[in-house]
Amino acid sequence: MLPLATFAQQLILATEETTGGHSGIEPGITSGALVEWAWLIVVVPLVATFLILFFGKKLPMKGWELAVGSIGFVGVYGTILFILNATEGILYEGHLEVAKMGDFIIEWGWMVDGLSIMMYFLVGVVGTLVFVYAKSYMDGDIRFTWFFVSFSLFAGGMLVLVSAPNFLQLIVGWELVGVSSYLLIGHYWEDFENVDAGNKAFMVNKVADAALFIGAIIMAVSVGSFSFNDIIDVVMHGEAGPLSQFGFWAGLAVFIGAMGKSAQFPLHVWLPDAMAGPTPVSALMHAATMVTAGVYLLGRLFPFYLDVGGMFGGDVRNIIIVIGGLTLFLMGLVAIVQDDIKKVLAYSTVSQLGYMVAAMGAGAYTAGLFHLFTHAFFKALLFLGAGSLIHAVHSNDMSDMGGLRKKMPATFWTFILGTLALVAVFPFAGFFSKDEILASIKYAGGSGQDVANSILILGLLGSFITAFYMVRVIALTFFGEYKGAAHPHESPKLMTYPLIVLAFFAVTAGWVNIPGVYTGFTEWVATRVPLVGMGDHHAEGFDWPVVLVSSGLVLVGVVIAWMIYNKDAETNAARDWFRIPVLWPLLENKYFIDDLYMSGVVRPVMGPIASTVLWFDMNVVDGIVNGAGAAGKVLSKGVLVIDDNVVDGVFNASGAVTGASGSVLRRSFTGRVQQYAAFGFVGVIVIVVLFVII
Amino acid sequence: MTVTISEFFKESANWAFLAIAVPTLFAGWRTVTSNNIVRAVLYLVVSLGGTAGLFFMLGAEFVGWTVVLVYIGAVIILFLIGIMITRAPLGQEADLSHAMNVKAPAALLSTVVFGVITWAMIDAFGNNMIPPFEPTATSDLSLLLFDRFVIPFEVVSFVLLAALIGGIAIARQDEEVVS
Amino acid sequence: MTLIQFLIVATALFSFGLYGVITRKNAVLVLASVELMLAAVNINLVAFDVYLDDPLNSGQIFTLFTIALAAAEVGIGIAIILMIYRNRQSADVDDLDLMKG
Repeated sequence: MLPLATFAQQLILATEETTGGHSGIEPGITSGALVEWAWLIVVVPLVATFLILFFGKKLPMKGWELAVGSIGFVGVYGTILFILNATEGILYEGHLEVAKMGDFIIEWGWMVDGLSIMMYFLVGVVGTLVFVYAKSYMDGDIRFTWFFVSFSLFAGGMLVLVSAPNFLQLIVGWELVGVSSYLLIGHYWEDFENVDAGNKAFMVNKVADAALFIGAIIMAVSVGSFSFNDIIDVVMHGEAGPLSQFGFWAGLAVFIGAMGKSAQFPLHVWLPDAMAGPTPVSALMHAATMVTAGVYLLGRLFPFYLDVGGMFGGDVRNIIIVIGGLTLFLMGLVAIVQDDIKKVLAYSTVSQLGYMVAAMGAGAYTAGLFHLFTHAFFKALLFLGAGSLIHAVHSNDMSDMGGLRKKMPATFWTFILGTLALVAVFPFAGFFSKDEILASIKYAGGSGQDVANSILILGLLGSFITAFYMVRVIALTFFGEYKGAAHPHESPKLMTYPLIVLAFFAVTAGWVNIPGVYTGFTEWVATRVPLVGMGDHHAEGFDWPVVLVSSGLVLVGVVIAWMIYNKDAETNAARDWFRIPVLWPLLENKYFIDDLYMSGVVRPVMGPIASTVLWFDMNVVDGIVNGAGAAGKVLSKGVLVIDDNVVDGVFNASGAVTGASGSVLRRSFTGRVQQYAAFGFVGVIVIVVLFVII
Repeated sequence: MTVTISEFFKESANWAFLAIAVPTLFAGWRTVTSNNIVRAVLYLVVSLGGTAGLFFMLGAEFVGWTVVLVYIGAVIILFLIGIMITRAPLGQEADLSHAMNVKAPAALLSTVVFGVITWAMIDAFGNNMIPPFEPTATSDLSLLLFDRFVIPFEVVSFVLLAALIGGIAIARQDEEVVS
Repeated sequence: MTLIQFLIVATALFSFGLYGVITRKNAVLVLASVELMLAAVNINLVAFDVYLDDPLNSGQIFTLFTIALAAAEVGIGIAIILMIYRNRQSADVDDLDLMKG
């Protein structure tokens, strides 16, 4: 792609001027069959969706083989691209002209750069493992085939999103993900709760989507193109005319869109409820797909938010970091009080997404994406582990579990590894990525340094909270006495093997970026060659104060949680002591945000409408009806006389006229097509003559 | 620029035109009036052959040959097969048209249509001359067909395929029905 | 050569076709009359193509399309007539008055 190559060169030049020649590795692969055929990554899952839809039920495994085959293809292709990108570097952008209206060209394209490749890899690999797992988990479900139709569409939509080189295609993928998530959350639609959860997810996302549309339109109209490259090009060179006026609002609107998909406070309410879907859905939705879309979008538009060209994007960044910090702290606290194991993990996801968004807000591109990368593996692992538990005890509630470590050893050990990764214990994956984020926030710099310092404190406290709620989960599920009714047993191999593979990644995924040892990940996710050096803090060595404080807090969290929860509730007074009067109810009710939306948004909108309609019905309509009734009574007596004489006469006469005219007209309907044709021509001639005369 | 009758007859091409047009029109007339069904179809052949001749006169050689091949070669065969299968009265004279009460209004309508359209055309084009032209090269047509008009071309090919399948589906004899 | 002479021939053929469509009793001959009308339209298309000296030759291209569609139409038409004949032992359009009001 020649234009892209020249664009990259321009960027290199521009950056060399500002940063003194600091640039990433040169891309080794900019053309060739491997990247030109990368569109298959997007197309194959979507084609598989339709094949499963039409032929799935006739296949021996009811469509599962197609689903896992297509996502496995993406996984293999993504892995190849990922490895090649890490070793040689890839930069490519494919285009197909879909439609053209005057000068405006709608394009479908596929990006093959560091950021997109990482997402292909994540969606492909995590997706394959989750699909394999789902075969066993969903076995015997009445809508087994339909489940894999929506699931393939879900993965395919995400791939459309992350391959998009322009806003239009991104929005197409964005909405595909939205609609398929709605289908998946409401998979068990026999229960009203699940339907409500699906509706909630859809509506909250839709509110955010509206903001995204507004932001995208502002950017596209002021730049004159929907293409990310064009937008960033304008931003980089600071010659943005209209965009310099509306830059702040455009950036804010796009960020609100990202908040919806990435479940940031206060638009996070849909994500915990999305647990209503089957567990594999939760695993994929919370790890590699959907919730990562917002962070991805922030990464895609990162140069804009870095404010290189002075577009006020930097002002948005202060908002971003505050939202991220609030989310990571507040939602982590809610996770402590949840009894539903999936809800604990869901709030944990929201909290971790807060870390990523905060990192993006701090201008730490690499750190945010690094956490996205590692989080995808261990959160998928934890969800699948939770699914394995739920499968065994037939309940989501942790009070029905306990003492499962002996009965389900494979699930137990992999869950422990996932937990260690999530709470950031050295040397597991989460340790490196979370440390990178905290260090980046510390060095955020610029006008937002004061804000960033407060967020750093929240982030460190977040380490403590994370450790606390995860140890609580482990203590309540795997230790103590078994309290449930069912007879738990280890899950089948099709479910435990994906757990083991994910556990491997949960341990090792962080080793791609060890400060002071190997820091190649920065180049791996570089969207464009010179991104490093644009203010992106990237630690060359550990920032020891942060590491020590964070690890210390984790240790404290583990110990306290273990002391409180390692014994059963009846024998332990510490648990009661821990139920602090005001705080605990506040957390249990999730800060009353859902109630606030219900009474603040849903009811005020629905209530007046409903009551107005009711009032209108009671007074006006009923009044008219009653009045008419009374008047009718009086009138009817008088009318009766007229009725017998006049009205009957009129009706009979009109009936007779209709009958007569009908019997005349029906002669023209002879049923002979030739006559109809002749009449048609007569009509044409009459019209022509009329036109001529007029 | 007007052309009088005498000028019209001075041009040799116009004699060729008349030599083609008159038989064409006569055959067309007999197609719709002949009382022998096989003859009516054969008159149609002559008439369509005449249109092919007009196409040659206009330099549209490829279209002319297409008419010859498709119509005269294939469509007429279809007609004859249709006639034979439906056991139409193959004998000498039969009443193939409606009675006078249909013929008269039909003739009137046709005349009016002819009159209105002819009048409109004379009004619009007078006796404008066709500019001098080269015969259209088949290669030009084919390039256009596979470049500028490739989508309509593909659509038409789909229509033909659908017609083929539809024809088979309609005309196929169901096992249960005894004809 | 004038343009109008071709147009008049085409219009005359068209009118004959119209007359045939209305007056013919046999369904096959109705179809034949429709073919006559289509042929007339083709003459118009080609004549205008040459008259306007169209660089795209759209008149001739469209004539080709018309011919293809007419062929398809005859194929289907004959198949339908065959079907009707099989069910009613007649190809006479007078017998086809199911739509009678």
